[in-house]
Amino acid sequence: MTARPTGSSAFADKSAEAPAPSFSRRTLLAGAVGAISATLLNNASALPAQTKGPVPSPPALDDPGKLQGHIPTELGERSPFEHPRRRVNRAAPAGESESPLQELYGTITPADLHFERHHGGVPVIDPARYTLLIHGMVERPLKFTLADLKRFPTVSRVCFIECSGNGYRGFQTTTMKREATPSWIDGLLSTSEWTGVSLATLFREAGVKPDAKWFLAEGSDAAHMTRSIPVEKALDDAIIAYAQNGEAIRPEQGYPARLLLPGWEGNTQVKWIKRIELAKNPFMTREETSKYTDPLANGTARMFSFVMDAKSLITFPAYPDTVSRGWCVITGLAWSGRGKIARVEVTTDGGNAWESAELQPPVLSKCTTRFRHLWKYAGGEAVLMSRAIDETGYVQPTRAQLAAARGEGTFYHMNNIRGWKVERSGKVFFHVEG
Amino acid sequence: MRRPVLVGVLLSVLVAGAIIIDAWPRVRRSQTPERFGFGTPATTEDIRQANTDVTPDGRGLPHDSGTVAQGESLYGLRCSGCHGATGTEGPFDHLVGREPGDSFNFGRDPNFLAKRTIGNYWPYATTLYDYVHRAMPFDAPGSLSSNEVYSVVAYLLYRNQIVPGNAVMSDRTLPLVRMPAGDRFVVDNRSGGRTVR
Ligand code: HEC
Repeated sequence: MTARPTGSSAFADKSAEAPAPSFSRRTLLAGAVGAISATLLNNASALPAQTKGPVPSPPALDDPGKLQGHIPTELGERSPFEHPRRRVNRAAPAGESESPLQELYGTITPADLHFERHHGGVPVIDPARYTLLIHGMVERPLKFTLADLKRFPTVSRVCFIECSGNGYRGFQTTTMKREATPSWIDGLLSTSEWTGVSLATLFREAGVKPDAKWFLAEGSDAAHMTRSIPVEKALDDAIIAYAQNGEAIRPEQGYPARLLLPGWEGNTQVKWIKRIELAKNPFMTREETSKYTDPLANGTARMFSFVMDAKSLITFPAYPDTVSRGWCVITGLAWSGRGKIARVEVTTDGGNAWESAELQPPVLSKCTTRFRHLWKYAGGEAVLMSRAIDETGYVQPTRAQLAAARGEGTFYHMNNIRGWKVERSGKVFFHVEG
Repeated sequence: MRRPVLVGVLLSVLVAGAIIIDAWPRVRRSQTPERFGFGTPATTEDIRQANTDVTPDGRGLPHDSGTVAQGESLYGLRCSGCHGATGTEGPFDHLVGREPGDSFNFGRDPNFLAKRTIGNYWPYATTLYDYVHRAMPFDAPGSLSSNEVYSVVAYLLYRNQIVPGNAVMSDRTLPLVRMPAGDRFVVDNRSGGRTVR
């Protein structure tokens, strides 16, 4: 309980939140606000409670300008009118919750709404006892405390993390349904600014031997999550991250430190990382053989399929919205694990005509990009879809293209075009062509 | 006539500029050292305790062994509640099953009829030891002795018709076990660009 910053989680017990800073009426009256009329002060419900416990939300006034608002607090809270929530998948034994993509703006995911996928629950780790061990094919096996890691030059990077299983509900016909929200389809996707130490710096420190080609990253959770990663990626852009959106990483995202591999499937970005072992060959762990391998139609399965291909999703309008006639701003997210989004194209007629959507700068490499497209809805039926094109020239494929390339029974990395069908009534339903 | 004047003006501007620039405090780019010297050397004992992984060549396997018979009773006690009496009933991952003729049709089947199991999907037997001794049983991960892990691994390989009922699994025998799906895995050939793979 103490390891969790109080009141910071969307799921935190309300009663455990920090009490409102208490102040007496006397200090209030003696202060600059002494001019407030006594009748207003007697309106107890209009002031923060002086008792310990949750801060009752004052009623919204017709004219908020007629009453002093609450004083500064140590920890901010969302407006009492906003209730974004992750959608928790209780069917998954080992844990999964989806970011509410349809309720978010811009590209950054608030840390408490970042999607979760873990295989052994969220461990509680005392930062004072945390260590990261680097050993194997190195000149100098080393142990780093969290304080040690923070002494190195910091690097920050805004990038997306996506579970490679994300979006199977937009590919698999057995699970597809019309009543599907953006978060249900693709909510295992989030974007943060991550800060930490470049893994290349740590590798230099330990002196990685030239014939070490892979490293094992191991988490300290009950799943002992382990993945083999090519050393090349470490030298390219890998980070041992200890901060997310300006604060310490959330427990669900790997507190106190995780591996960050920009553009690669979420599972490889081992959270709660405690050990890195350098070796010549990959380790062939359960998560890179039995799971996170992609069966193909030719009787094989692809392994070490690290990079997330370009993908996009319209987040508005979407199920369960209803659009009314007139101007409608279609908006959504596009991203690619191979670099920058070059273009997003949107169709409003089921794919006959495609138009370039507007991209919101800055367009960052291996990061979500917000796009928007103005559409005048004239009533009737319409099929809205988007497709992403990245800087390598890769075009987000149709479902038929993806199934032809990999097989109908493939799994993981399902980035096919997905969209929304607007019915005559204006009601919007999930829709995939072909 | 005007040229020399212009040149003179330009020259004096340049000289003045150079003087100003020179008067500026010199800023040197900080140099990244070869090493910072942070962190502490890991001892052999630190590494021995943490280094629990097992690789296909058998590296990391403890010197011990276990039998199918021992594994059967342990499976009933510690595993069957979550993986089913015969490894096929769930509620969690199906552990037992072979495909007719050891076909590998997962990529072709849109209905996901065949459950992926140790017998039809796992490429390495050593991964079983690696995973079970660290992550299973789910309700008490890491609680099995090496003899217990070898035993339950032997039993699961037997149930999947990969080893005979009298098999003994050990650090010597386990890396020699050939798995039905051992040659089914290929490296990723996606590379961006126009081609969808
Ligand atoms: C309390 C329930 C529970 C018990 C008891 C349990 N398991 Fe598991 N097991 C699971 C869950 C849940 C998973 C999937 C975990 C995940 O998704 O990462 C799993 C996964 C596995 C896998 C990987 C399957 C695959 O194909 O990837 C193996 C092997 C396994 N268990 C073996 C065992 C053995 C052996 C025992 C007994 C010693 C055991 N389990 C006891 C719940 C259990």
